[in-house]
Amino acid sequence: MLLSVEQLEARHGFLRAVRGVSFEVAAGETLAIVGANGAGKSTLLRALAGAHKPAAGRIVFDGRDITALSAHRRVREGIALVPEGRRLFTGMTLEENLLVARRRARPGPWNVEAVLEAFPLLAARRKSRAGNLSGGEQQATAIGRALMTNPRLLLLDEVSLGLAPVAVDGVYRALRGLIETGATIVLVEQDLNRALEVATRVACMLEGEIVLEGPAAEMTREQVVEAYFGLGRPEGETAVPA
Amino acid sequence: MNVSVERSTRLSRISVACVIPLVAALAFVPVALSANVTDKLTTLFVYLILAAMWNALAGYAGLVSVGQQAFFGLGAYAAIRLTQHGVNVYAALVLGALLAGATAVPLSIFMLRLGGGEFAIGMWVVAEVCFGLVILDTSVHGLTGVSLIALNRYSAHDQRAYAYWFALGSAVVFLGLVFALLRSRTGASLQAIRDDEEAAASVGVSVLGGKRVVFVLAALGCATAGTIWLATSITFTPRSYFGVEWTAYMIFMALVGGLGTFEGPILGAVLFFVVQDQFGDNGVWYLVGLGGAAIVFALLLPRGLWGTVEERFGLQLLPVGYRLRGLESIANPEPAEGRRP
Amino acid sequence: MIWVNQIVQGVLLGGYYAVLAAGLSLMFGVMRIINLAHGDLAVLGAFLVFLFSKHGLSPWLALVIVLPVMGVTGWVLQRGLLERSLRAGPLTPLLATFGLLIVIENLLFEKFGPDERSLFPYIGKLGYDSWTITNQVIVGKIYVLILAVAVFLLAGLQVFLARTPPGRALRATAEDPDTAELVGVDSRRVYAFAAAIAVATAALAGAFLAMRSSFNPYSGSQQLIFAFEAVVIGGIGSLWGTLTGGIVLGVAQNIGAQLNPQWFLLAGHLVFLAVLAVRLVLASLGGNWGLRAILGRA
Repeated sequence: MLLSVEQLEARHGFLRAVRGVSFEVAAGETLAIVGANGAGKSTLLRALAGAHKPAAGRIVFDGRDITALSAHRRVREGIALVPEGRRLFTGMTLEENLLVARRRARPGPWNVEAVLEAFPLLAARRKSRAGNLSGGEQQATAIGRALMTNPRLLLLDEVSLGLAPVAVDGVYRALRGLIETGATIVLVEQDLNRALEVATRVACMLEGEIVLEGPAAEMTREQVVEAYFGLGRPEGETAVPA
Repeated sequence: MNVSVERSTRLSRISVACVIPLVAALAFVPVALSANVTDKLTTLFVYLILAAMWNALAGYAGLVSVGQQAFFGLGAYAAIRLTQHGVNVYAALVLGALLAGATAVPLSIFMLRLGGGEFAIGMWVVAEVCFGLVILDTSVHGLTGVSLIALNRYSAHDQRAYAYWFALGSAVVFLGLVFALLRSRTGASLQAIRDDEEAAASVGVSVLGGKRVVFVLAALGCATAGTIWLATSITFTPRSYFGVEWTAYMIFMALVGGLGTFEGPILGAVLFFVVQDQFGDNGVWYLVGLGGAAIVFALLLPRGLWGTVEERFGLQLLPVGYRLRGLESIANPEPAEGRRP
Repeated sequence: MIWVNQIVQGVLLGGYYAVLAAGLSLMFGVMRIINLAHGDLAVLGAFLVFLFSKHGLSPWLALVIVLPVMGVTGWVLQRGLLERSLRAGPLTPLLATFGLLIVIENLLFEKFGPDERSLFPYIGKLGYDSWTITNQVIVGKIYVLILAVAVFLLAGLQVFLARTPPGRALRATAEDPDTAELVGVDSRRVYAFAAAIAVATAALAGAFLAMRSSFNPYSGSQQLIFAFEAVVIGGIGSLWGTLTGGIVLGVAQNIGAQLNPQWFLLAGHLVFLAVLAVRLVLASLGGNWGLRAILGRA
C-alpha cells in the first residue's frame, strides 16, 4: 500500500469536515473520491497534502507515518496536490510557476521541457503571466507544476471545475496519459462520468464519511448516485455538528 | 427547548449597583483624604481614560493607533490657547478637549480609509505633524513650553480638588460612554466588524460608521486626558505631551488588562499606575519592562489578564454582552437510542 | 540656483531613505508585516558599527561583521517573534514590534546614554569631501556614495527576486504562502530570509545615517517614520517606488527647509499626507477601495 489513511478526522473550527475516514491506495491505482459540495473531499485532500492539520487519525505513506509532517516536507516525500481553483502564482509567468516547484523537487523525469511536451498547448504561453492564461491553460499549468516535483502520489482537486468541456477533455486526456505511466492518483471530482472513466477505485463521501467504496469496475452508476445523495440511509440518522 | 436572551448576570447586576455609591465615595476624596492621595488618584483617572480609549480603538474597532498622543497634546494645547484668550481656565479645559476631539471628525474621513499598519503609523505621522505645528506657535514658546498661569487664581488646594473632580467626572463620563456604546447597536456591530469585516458589511453593518464613532470618542477621551494632565502638571512642554511614550503606556494598559473587554483597561490602568508608582524612578529599565510586557502579552496572553480570567471562569463584572441561556439543550439533544452523542 | 541645490540635496537624501526603506518595503511586501521596530534596528546597526569604530576598526570593515550579524538578528526575530505574531492575528505584529521598539530604544539608552554619536570622525575625508558643481550646488561625496549604494541595492534585489530560485520562492510565498508550501517551498524559511535581508539593509542604512549625520538611542522612531513615508509615497510593493518615494520625501524636506529651517520635518509629513490624500481620492473616483489600489501597489 502506498497510502494508508486511518481514522482521519479534520475540522473547520467546530465543524467536523472529515469524520473518521479510512482507506488505502495501492501504487499505480487511481482512486476517485466523489461526493456533493461540502462532503469533505477537499479538506481530505488538503489533509493528505499537509495543508490542513488533522484533529485525529494517521496518514501512512509508503510505510512512513507522515501525519505530523508539514506540507513542504511531504512534497519531498513525494506527495503533490493540485489545489482546488488552480491557485497559480498569478504574478509570475507560466515558466516561473513551474520553476518554483523545481527547487525542492525529487529526482525524476519531470522538468520544464517534459511538462511542455506533455501539455503542448502551454509551450507557446511559456512567458505569459499566469494570471493571463485561459482556464484550461491554468489547469494544465497547475498539474504541470505539481508534476515538476516528481511526485509518487498525485492529488487532484476538482480539476474540471470552471472549465469548458473541451478543456476538461484535454485535462483528462493528459491524466490518462499519466495513469498509463503507472502514476498513483487520488482525484476528487464532482463530475461522476469523468471520474468513473479514469478511476480504478471509487469512494463516495457524504458529510465527512466514506459511505461507499470499491473497484470502479464493480460499481453501477445507480449505486454511486444513491450514495452521493445519501438515499437509502435509515430514517432519522442525521448529522449533528459536534 | 428553553432559550432566553439575557443582558446581565447576577454578578454584573451587583456590580452595576455598586458603581454609584463607589463614585459618590470617590467624590469625597479631596476633602477627606490627603493631597498626595488626591494627586495620585487624579493620575490614575487619566490612565483609566487613556486605557479605555485605546482599548476601544484596538479592541472594539480593530484600529491600532500609534498616534493618540496627537489628541492628548492637542487638548492641552487648545486649553492653553483658550486661556491666553481670556477664557476661564476650567471652561478652557473642557472646551479645549472638545475642540481637539472635534478634529477627529474630518481626520476620520481620511485616516479610516487606511488599513492596519498604515493607519497605525499614519496616526503617528499625524501626531508628529501636530507636534511640528504646535512648536511653531510662538505663544507656546516652541519647545520650551509654557505654563497654565491662569490657574494661579486658585489656591493649590482648590486646584487639586477641581482637577480631581474634573478627572473623576471625565473618567465616569468616558467609561460610561464606552459602556453605553458597547450595549448599543453600534457596539454589537463593532463586535461584528472586529470578528469579520466583510461578513459584517454584508449584513448591512456600516463598517466605516462604527469605526468613526469609536475614533471620535477615543480622540475626545485622549484630549480630555490631556487637559486633565495639564491641570495637574500645569506646564505644557510639547515634546512630553506629543511623545510616543503615551502610546506605549496605552498599549501596555490595554494589552495587559485585556484587549476587547470592558473591565480590562480598568485593571490595566490600575496595574500601570502601581508599576509607575513603584518603578517609575528606574528610568529606562522600567520602560524596557513595559515594552517587554507588551511583547509577552501580545504573543502569549493576547486576551490580557482580565480576558484570560473571563474566558476561564466565564466571569463578567459588567453587563456588556448577550448571553444565551438554555444553550445546553441545543448542543446536546436527547439521543434517540439513549447513547451519549 | 539655491533651489536647484536643494533639489539635488533632496535627491541625494532620497538615496539614504531608499536604503532605509528597502527593508521595510520588503517585509511588508512579503509578509504583510509593518515592523515598527525597523528604525530602531537601523540605529542598533549604527551603534554596533560605532562600537567597532571606537575600538579602531574601520567602519567599512565593521560593516562586514555587523551586516551578517544583523542579518542573523533578523532571522531570529522572524522565527522567534514575528512568526508567532503573524499567527495570532492582524493586530499582534504591530503590538509586538512596538514593544520591541520600546525595548531596543531604552536598552540602547541604558548602554550608550543620550549623547549624539556619529561615524563622521571615522570615515576620513569622505565625510566632508565634496564635488562643487556650480558655486551654489555642492554635493557631498558620502551622499553620492549612499545614493549609488541605494541604486545598486535595489537593482540587486530586483534581479534577485526576478532571476534566482530563492527569489522566485520569495515571490511565490509573498503571493500565496499556502500554495507555495504545496510545491515544496518552506514558507517559514522564506520569511526568515526576507527578514534577514530587511534587518541587514536597515543596519546598513543606520551606518549611513551615522556617516552623513548623527544619531542617538531615540533616533529610531524618526527613521521609521521616514522609511514608512518613503514607502507609501513611492507605492507599496514597488522596489523602485521606494527610491522614488525617498527622493520625493528628501526633496520636499529640503525645499521646506529652504523656506524656513524649522519646516524640514513638517514639509515631509505634509507631502506624505498630501500624496496619501490624492491616492485616496483617486481610488474613490475609480471605485476601487482595495488597500493596494489606495496605496499605489502595482
